[in-house]
Amino acid sequence: MSSFKAFDIAGSGMAAQSVRLNTTASNLANADSVSSTAAGVYKPRHPIFEAVRAQLATAGTSQAQPAVRVRGIYESTAPASQRYEPGNPLADANGYVFAPAVNVVEEMVNMISASRSYQNNVEVMNTSKDLLLATLRLGQG
Amino acid sequence: MPLNLDQYIGVHAAALDVRARRGELIANNLANADTPGYQARDIDFRQAMARAAGDKSVATTLSTTQPGHIGGAASANAATNPDLKYRTPLAPALDGNTVDAQIEQASFAENAVRYQATLTFLNSKFRGLMTAILGN
Repeated sequence: MSSFKAFDIAGSGMAAQSVRLNTTASNLANADSVSSTAAGVYKPRHPIFEAVRAQLATAGTSQAQPAVRVRGIYESTAPASQRYEPGNPLADANGYVFAPAVNVVEEMVNMISASRSYQNNVEVMNTSKDLLLATLRLGQG
Repeated sequence: MPLNLDQYIGVHAAALDVRARRGELIANNLANADTPGYQARDIDFRQAMARAAGDKSVATTLSTTQPGHIGGAASANAATNPDLKYRTPLAPALDGNTVDAQIEQASFAENAVRYQATLTFLNSKFRGLMTAILGN
């Protein structure tokens, strides 16, 4: 039924934003996970969103359900930063450890943005629910 | 004289439908607030209402110039619906996204209040009808 579309849309938005929150949490948690090789270091992850409607329209589906979805999570290719810590047990032969290229400030901004967007979607869902319930009570009072 | 319920309810039923569609559209804008390249859309309310009220001058139908022609009805498909317009962005993001969350929130709230206003109109219509039927 078309009246419930708003729930699907807001739900997809909440799902996408929670994926974003998850990647942000993972990036922040691993911000200090050092490694002894440049290849083995943690790579920051970021989701890519896309609008579902545009994708379905090109596929020629008439039942295009507008929403948002996570197309994928890509790993950042930014080079790991090198730190000279000869006392670290993980240090390589030259005394260097490799720290992931996590930009903590950027991740915090991402987190706040995702949280606000999530709240927006919750608000949309609440309002839609109230309106739908009011519509169900139509003619009763 | 029989009562024409459609006529009695008037434009409000159609208005409720257009308001519901606009709510979905703005919900979609808000859900795609962080989608790269997504362009915010909104409904041309005046045009949609005119179409709902049966104004032929704004209805997009195939012109029938020969007796054998079939006049196609306006499509409800979101991609081809002429009532749907793109928002003029104030400050588009670098990734091509034109959703302004504050504007969308304000539009959504406004739309919700107007939806409730339409519901109130409908309710009072029904209440009047019930008064007339019950007579008390």
